[in-house]
Amino acid sequence: MSALARETPAPQGEPTEAARAGGPGTLSVVGALLRKELLVELRTLESVPGMSLFAVTTFVVFHFALNRSSVEGDLAAGILWVTLLFAGILGINRLFVADADQGGFDGFLLAPVDRSAMLIAKALTLLAYLVVLELVAVPAFALLLLGPPLGPALPELLVTLALGDLGVAVIGTLVAALAVRTRARDLLGPLLALPLLVPIVIGGARATSPLLALTHPQGPAARWLLTMGLYDLVFGLIAYALFDFLLED
Amino acid sequence: MERSSRPEAGLIKTNRRAPGGTPTASRPVAYGRGLRALSISTVVAMALALGLVFFYAPLEAEQGFLQKIFYVHVPLAIVALCGFVLGGLLAIQHLRTRDPRWDMRSYVAIHMSLIFAVGTLITGSIWAKGSWGHWWVWNEPTLVSFLIVFLLYATYQPLRFAIEDPERQARYASVFAITAGAFVPMNFIAVRLSTAYLHPRVLGSTSNLPGPMALTFLVSLVAMALLYATLCKYELTAKHARAQVRALRRRLAGEGADTTSRPRSAAPALQPTTAMTAHTAGRPGF
Amino acid sequence: MAALQVEGLARHYGEREALSDVSLSLAEGQTLVVFGPNGAGKTTLLRVLATLLRPHAGQVRVLGSSLPQQAWAVRGRVGLLGHEPLLYRELTARENLRFHARLHGVAEERVHELLEAVAMSARGGEPLRTLSRGMVQRVAVARAVLHDPALLLLDEPHSNLDPAAIELVAPLIGAGSGRTRVICSHDPTGALAEADVVLGLRAGRPALLRAAGAVDPVEITELYR
Repeated sequence: MSALARETPAPQGEPTEAARAGGPGTLSVVGALLRKELLVELRTLESVPGMSLFAVTTFVVFHFALNRSSVEGDLAAGILWVTLLFAGILGINRLFVADADQGGFDGFLLAPVDRSAMLIAKALTLLAYLVVLELVAVPAFALLLLGPPLGPALPELLVTLALGDLGVAVIGTLVAALAVRTRARDLLGPLLALPLLVPIVIGGARATSPLLALTHPQGPAARWLLTMGLYDLVFGLIAYALFDFLLED
Repeated sequence: MERSSRPEAGLIKTNRRAPGGTPTASRPVAYGRGLRALSISTVVAMALALGLVFFYAPLEAEQGFLQKIFYVHVPLAIVALCGFVLGGLLAIQHLRTRDPRWDMRSYVAIHMSLIFAVGTLITGSIWAKGSWGHWWVWNEPTLVSFLIVFLLYATYQPLRFAIEDPERQARYASVFAITAGAFVPMNFIAVRLSTAYLHPRVLGSTSNLPGPMALTFLVSLVAMALLYATLCKYELTAKHARAQVRALRRRLAGEGADTTSRPRSAAPALQPTTAMTAHTAGRPGF
Repeated sequence: MAALQVEGLARHYGEREALSDVSLSLAEGQTLVVFGPNGAGKTTLLRVLATLLRPHAGQVRVLGSSLPQQAWAVRGRVGLLGHEPLLYRELTARENLRFHARLHGVAEERVHELLEAVAMSARGGEPLRTLSRGMVQRVAVARAVLHDPALLLLDEPHSNLDPAAIELVAPLIGAGSGRTRVICSHDPTGALAEADVVLGLRAGRPALLRAAGAVDPVEITELYR
């Protein structure tokens, strides 16, 4: 990777040399970015509460739309994943807005740091938002709509959700960076993200479905977890390779 | 300042070179080279394929005459998919070299593949209706994957259109093309996995074809690929010609003319270079 | 070593030439003032020098490193003060400066130093959105010089600043700071006094480039016609 970066007019030169050239290391930069993200989110509370509220409201809507008081198996898995996905999209839409509107990109681009740090920091931020979202949404789901008890299924459900969250975080960050400096940013974000996240939904829903079955609940098939893991890995690498190109002016 | 339109008419030639040198108003760079040969071979291949499909390939036992749509549907699908992946590869070149011509090629490849993808969906739908009675079936993983890929690539032009700065538009489009290009195979795997064990394949697989059918299929595939290549080359040639006309117009209008008159567009525009209006020895444009 | 060495710089925006055939050279410690009407390319030039935009043609050497290949070597040594303060409105002045300090690997004490220097220590704990534009501009100045850059790029630095504030920031970004500076300005008389070299841009092209002593303010106002 470094040889390639040196010989092609890649985004403004060799990243590791930048760190060696006296700039702070990537880890501390990611830390600084995360701290900033947390501060801004705590002050404005514009992402996480909205996402969580949206999820709970959606469960209520589903109750009326499907005319069901209790769901299990395929239907339960589907409702859960779709709701989490759409709530996640809300978070994706807001991910880079503060930076784009308040000149945060320029400030970061002027620093002698590895630009992938922003990708890592933003993906971790989105991941954190999703985890908090699920802390609210999954119990709400168990309370409002889920038929079978959640307890026994919980550990495997958490693993499945974690793999899904990683995928949404990686794809979401890439798509958010793509969409934020366009004219129709709120529309393009979801339009780009949804098809790209279909494999995650497939893997997640198929893996979760046996967990939430009323009779004979079983563990998730390894195949689906592997699919999600592979997807996360491939797109993680792609996002890492392409992100720098999105930050330039 | 008045613009004269007369010189432009005679200047845009394809595959011909004016003898000797022409004075001030230039000879264009030779583009569209090989276009005629390509078009002819495409027409020949398509005629051959059609002939084979209708007169040579045997009727399939179960589905009868309708099955012949397979020779259109599957080549369309394969060419469209390869085209999408090709668009991603061309986009990688664009990001590596920052040469806008690669972006132009990537755009055309994806644009054309999208059209072929629509064709795939339509022929697949017809086939499904004929064999299974429904205009859409979820059991056929290829068709379903295609729908998802189509929905993704349908955002390519709106994305481009939403970015005004042409350089950034090209760069973001390339990032999208690479991401989507990587997505295509992963998506197919995921959808295939999700349907394989639940329902039998409705529209049949393309492996284990008997001899005559295999030959017909191969010829159809080649014809479709040639058609794709020809259409792409036509579009690239047309865009280059348009850029050249614009460059000449600007040169005729002189310095200080209004150069921002081009409206916002999703399509990449070639940067008019001095090479377009210079007297060159005919380096092929595309 | 020349602080800036630019030859034939060009940058286009689609089919429009934002900058075309710009050449100049600036020695260390000198001040270059760029004049020109809006849309002439002043901000573009500044952003190219700041490594935010890549040159489309020509050679650019900033502090000995050529762009865009060695942009990473330039980044920590250039300070940009543009139209945007590049600060987060929801965070306080102190938090903003601390964030930038961490990005540049600068010690925390410097944040306190600079807040004192721009007289913002007292209100350093309030979110920027509660502060006046003049105060935000002062914090922006602090941000621009936080990492002690060798080259300062200032885009109309005195906008939003009252005369007292201008005096306040003078040791940081003014002639007395000792740094190499490139200033975009609309004020012929004032800025001319500080300049060593003057560049006049019109429609992206250099209309005027010479030592400040040989420039008449009338020529500068001519640019704006």
